[in-house]
Amino acid sequence: MKDHVERPGDAGTPLLSMRGISVAYGALRANDGIDLDVGAGEVQALLGENGAGKTTLMKALVGLAPIEGGSIEFDGKDISDISPLVARNAGIGMVHQHFMLIPTLTVAQNLCIGLRSEGYPFPNYRKITAKISGLSERYALKVDPSARVADLSVGEQQRVEIIKALYRGARLLVLDEPTSVLIPQEIEGLFEIIRNLSAQGTAVIFISHKLNEVMSISRNITILRRGKVAATRRTSETSAKELARLMVGYEMGDLPAAPAISESSPPVARIEGLRFVDSRKVKKLNGVDIEVRAGEIHGIAGVDGNGQVELARILAGILAASSGTIWLDGKDITRLDVARRIRSGLSYIPGDRQRTGLVMDLSVRDNMTLKLSDRPPYAVHGFLDFGKIRAMVEESIRDYNIDCADSGQEARTLSGGNQQKLVLSRELRSDPRLIVAVQPTQGLDISATNYVHSMLLERQRKGCAILLISTELDEVLSLSNRISVMYEGRLMGTFDRDSADRETIGLLMAGKQHA
Amino acid sequence: MREAGAKPARPLGAERKLKISKGLRADFLSSFIAFALALVIGAAIIAAMGKDPLKAYAALLDGAVGNRNSLAETFLRAIPLSLAGIGVAIAFRAGAFNVGAEGQLFIGAMASAWVGLSFPSLPPILLLPLMGLTAMVAGGLWAGIAGALKAWMNASEMINTIMLNYIAVFLVSFLVHGPLQDPSSPLGQTARLPRAAYLPIMLPGTRLHGGLVLAVAAALLASLFLWRSAWGFRIRVVGKNTFAAQASGMRVNGVMVSALVVSGMLAGLAGFCEAAGVQHRMIENISPGYGYTAIVVALLGQTNPIGVFAAAVLFAALQIGASTMESAVGVPSSVITVIQYLVVLLLIGRGAFDLIRGKVMALSRREKG
Amino acid sequence: MLGMISSPVVNGFLSASMRLAIPILLAALGGVYNERSGVLNIGMEGMMIVGSLVGFVAAYFIHDLWFGVLAAAASGVLLGLILGFFVISLSANQVVAGISLNLLCMGVTSLLFRVVFGVGTAAPRVNPFAAVPIPFLGDIPVVGPLFFRQSPLGYITYALVILSFFVIYRTSWGLSIIATGENPEAAETLGVNVVRTRYAALMISGGLCALGGVFLSVDSTGLFIDNMTAGRGYIALALLILGRRHPFGLLAAALMFGAADAVQLRTQILNIRIPFQFMLMLPYILTMVVLAVFVRRIDSPAALGVHYKHGGEKE
Repeated sequence: MKDHVERPGDAGTPLLSMRGISVAYGALRANDGIDLDVGAGEVQALLGENGAGKTTLMKALVGLAPIEGGSIEFDGKDISDISPLVARNAGIGMVHQHFMLIPTLTVAQNLCIGLRSEGYPFPNYRKITAKISGLSERYALKVDPSARVADLSVGEQQRVEIIKALYRGARLLVLDEPTSVLIPQEIEGLFEIIRNLSAQGTAVIFISHKLNEVMSISRNITILRRGKVAATRRTSETSAKELARLMVGYEMGDLPAAPAISESSPPVARIEGLRFVDSRKVKKLNGVDIEVRAGEIHGIAGVDGNGQVELARILAGILAASSGTIWLDGKDITRLDVARRIRSGLSYIPGDRQRTGLVMDLSVRDNMTLKLSDRPPYAVHGFLDFGKIRAMVEESIRDYNIDCADSGQEARTLSGGNQQKLVLSRELRSDPRLIVAVQPTQGLDISATNYVHSMLLERQRKGCAILLISTELDEVLSLSNRISVMYEGRLMGTFDRDSADRETIGLLMAGKQHA
Repeated sequence: MREAGAKPARPLGAERKLKISKGLRADFLSSFIAFALALVIGAAIIAAMGKDPLKAYAALLDGAVGNRNSLAETFLRAIPLSLAGIGVAIAFRAGAFNVGAEGQLFIGAMASAWVGLSFPSLPPILLLPLMGLTAMVAGGLWAGIAGALKAWMNASEMINTIMLNYIAVFLVSFLVHGPLQDPSSPLGQTARLPRAAYLPIMLPGTRLHGGLVLAVAAALLASLFLWRSAWGFRIRVVGKNTFAAQASGMRVNGVMVSALVVSGMLAGLAGFCEAAGVQHRMIENISPGYGYTAIVVALLGQTNPIGVFAAAVLFAALQIGASTMESAVGVPSSVITVIQYLVVLLLIGRGAFDLIRGKVMALSRREKG
Repeated sequence: MLGMISSPVVNGFLSASMRLAIPILLAALGGVYNERSGVLNIGMEGMMIVGSLVGFVAAYFIHDLWFGVLAAAASGVLLGLILGFFVISLSANQVVAGISLNLLCMGVTSLLFRVVFGVGTAAPRVNPFAAVPIPFLGDIPVVGPLFFRQSPLGYITYALVILSFFVIYRTSWGLSIIATGENPEAAETLGVNVVRTRYAALMISGGLCALGGVFLSVDSTGLFIDNMTAGRGYIALALLILGRRHPFGLLAAALMFGAADAVQLRTQILNIRIPFQFMLMLPYILTMVVLAVFVRRIDSPAALGVHYKHGGEKE
């Protein structure tokens, strides 16, 4: 395999050189003998599908993953015995996908946690603030040192993260999927910061699975596939098409197209004026109106955290709306509890399948029984009929092609794709009228993703109404008949599939009606 | 990957049975090892006191099962421990910590004694069930207070059940020193119950009463309830993951409260057995901490009702044997208390073996690399 | 009016409230450290009772109350270490481990007391700490009897409250504790040793709980009685919620509980017609009310009670 890896030779020794890095979580080999070189001031992209091992490799680099083998050299020094402290002292900083900030503390406090040099035992906040201002100016990163992190926007928090790494003397900055939380227009600002950093000698590793971003920002690209290096390329010498092939291992076909729906198909679900104010008095939903027709996949696009999760949970009956009405098949289900909504024909595929979708400690069989414990023929006179349940479980395992040793196997031990199939088998078996699916393919590999998509399309063809909530714009665009854009708890607009274009949707995701 | 779907359906039932028995065996083994280790540590403590541990344990065994009477006493002691322990186990299964079996036992015993004293002319066939039911209702309500506070106010049921223990003890103390005090005695106790309110003796010549039947029945019914009934299924799901339970349409609060109420009912029944089977009245020290030992019994029994019953008999034997050990060898019986609680620490500390093994493996890997 | 405020009855009530508040306050103060760092310490009750006994035994045989206090604190630190081993290193369920520790400590103290002093002899006693009123300050109405007519251990408690405030809110180690409790993975990326921070927090907590326990034996009574902590370690858990895990908040909250205790003692002496058992229930009922009313209104550390594994792996 090694012979196939082409290495674009940079002159001189690289700043970072990782050799044969292997990381295993239990039986799962997340990284398998990975090599990576990054030069000073270079922007190196790490490209790969979800689960290809990008984040694990970077966690290994900053001492947060259990390294089984391999060596790391940074600036000529061997730092194979890595720990968070060693990484920091060497000058390696990472901005994680989920920000590593303490929301209850201020920016200045966040910056000096764990740093003795900033005053011990009493941190010297004057000195810290001065240093932050210096960095702010030098890299054009605006932040207020005395602001509480919880009060900052996502973009601002990302800047705090970058300053935090630089503050700690980072000469190599790892950015893990930094654009996933940003709207298209914010992304350009981030790229400006990255170019700035690179020009002043800071190396950047840019993790992404988005081809166009990688093509526009990086100098070199390392592509990971299933925990191994699939290839390395110079950005100027490759194309998006080649990268796509390297990333998934085969030419990507066109995603299946959703058949058009006729104007006359009846509405299955109608949501009117839905509002929700959370316990901290934050308005999460500001009057949402949606109509989902029979045989329609209605996609909700939007950046994470704009009320999509609340919308889904309110529809599922887990959260109570502050006001508004939900109609299902002409029936007002706003006041119904979860069980009655399920009986009315509602299915819910939650975004956090390991927490809300499944009981990880229980068996495949028990997980399939979750919604049936009050339903004949599986439960009669308060007792479970295990004969009937076993037949149902065996049928589901066969129909959905779930790879498990037996129905007694714990859900925890299944792969992500099989876990999601388990959720699907449970949620689809009752022939629902309305499916609320949240991030149904998050963390799945290509084949599992395709499977989930095909199952949703099959239901759509059978006349089921589907509300698809996803932060993956590509997923929404390719599956939906109609697309609505959500921003700060409001729908910014609804488009037919054919009239939707990326630019307009991007602007709406940023809360802008017109450019 | 399509071929996988065509694989012949294996006899899932057979495999399932195999799997469960494997899990059971692992549970049993870890309980057994913890218990054995606790005995070894207990032996070391006894030796440190300058006594012969073997002699002490021999006396213990003799005192617990040496003759018909001691055997009867052991099972007599196992009745409240197992009833309360099964209750605690059911609450555990629902993810609720019922540390309040002691208080529920007190309230149950008090309520049943009050019924017994109020209807002295009823025949046993009516009076005993009435007393038992009252005890269960009272114990269930007492636990239900903590359950309701948990469900509506999100207040820790662990702290509240403990607080309710103290309140129950004071309430009983007030009643047996005040309105319900035996007029012929200065002690904190009620008058003697009518004969009709005595639980029948099972083994003539001993104190072993019909409560044993209740305890065995409780173990069997609780097993059936947890693994065969829909409600039991919901209890197990809620105990593992409230989010998934809620999303599947289960009433999480209702299930949790119900488990706590059932838990309190069983503790209340334990109280009834003590009042109607042993003391034949309500006294202010009706329980020497059965409700607390019940927690340990539930854990040692791996929250499996049958296992809890076995653990209760084991602990009862220890407690009954302890006094013989004290008089014969001079080892304070509270050594047994320490052994009992060591068992739990060892049980929850069984991860230590994995930890040590992991450390050793990591070390050897470092050396090789 | 002023005359009533400074009457001996009121003064006695105020200083008794404080005296009764101190054991719970010390335990809860310990709880601030471990809960802010994200670990529950349900074992406070057990740590208190062990502190009571160890301090009493040490003071009894060495004839030095201060030695007793130190010995008690040391025993608490050790128990914190043991509980830490279970809940941090072995990732045992924090509630189960805490309750088990309490039950074990209850048994061990009862056993040790009998082994050391034998059974049935007259109850052994030590001469407890005496109150040392501070001149002038002690004469201020209300504040004087409340704060400045305590024993030396009481004054140390005040110092520990103030010290804890500074440690948690003003030092870099305090930031580490807060970071560990809010987001342990973030703390680790910042170079904070999460495991060591949590161990340290639990050990401090254990030491403070044991101080609360020793206050009961060598300060309040001069005696050791089985189960003399009577649930104070659990009440301290409720106090943490009422006092919002803030040292000064705890001081105010503890005073409320002390007052409830003091009321109960007064009515027993004054022979008020309410049965004394109902007065004895007061602190426990108060705890339940506090939990019911306040639990939903405070923000707990985000990672409280959640086990953390190196690298942020979820359980």
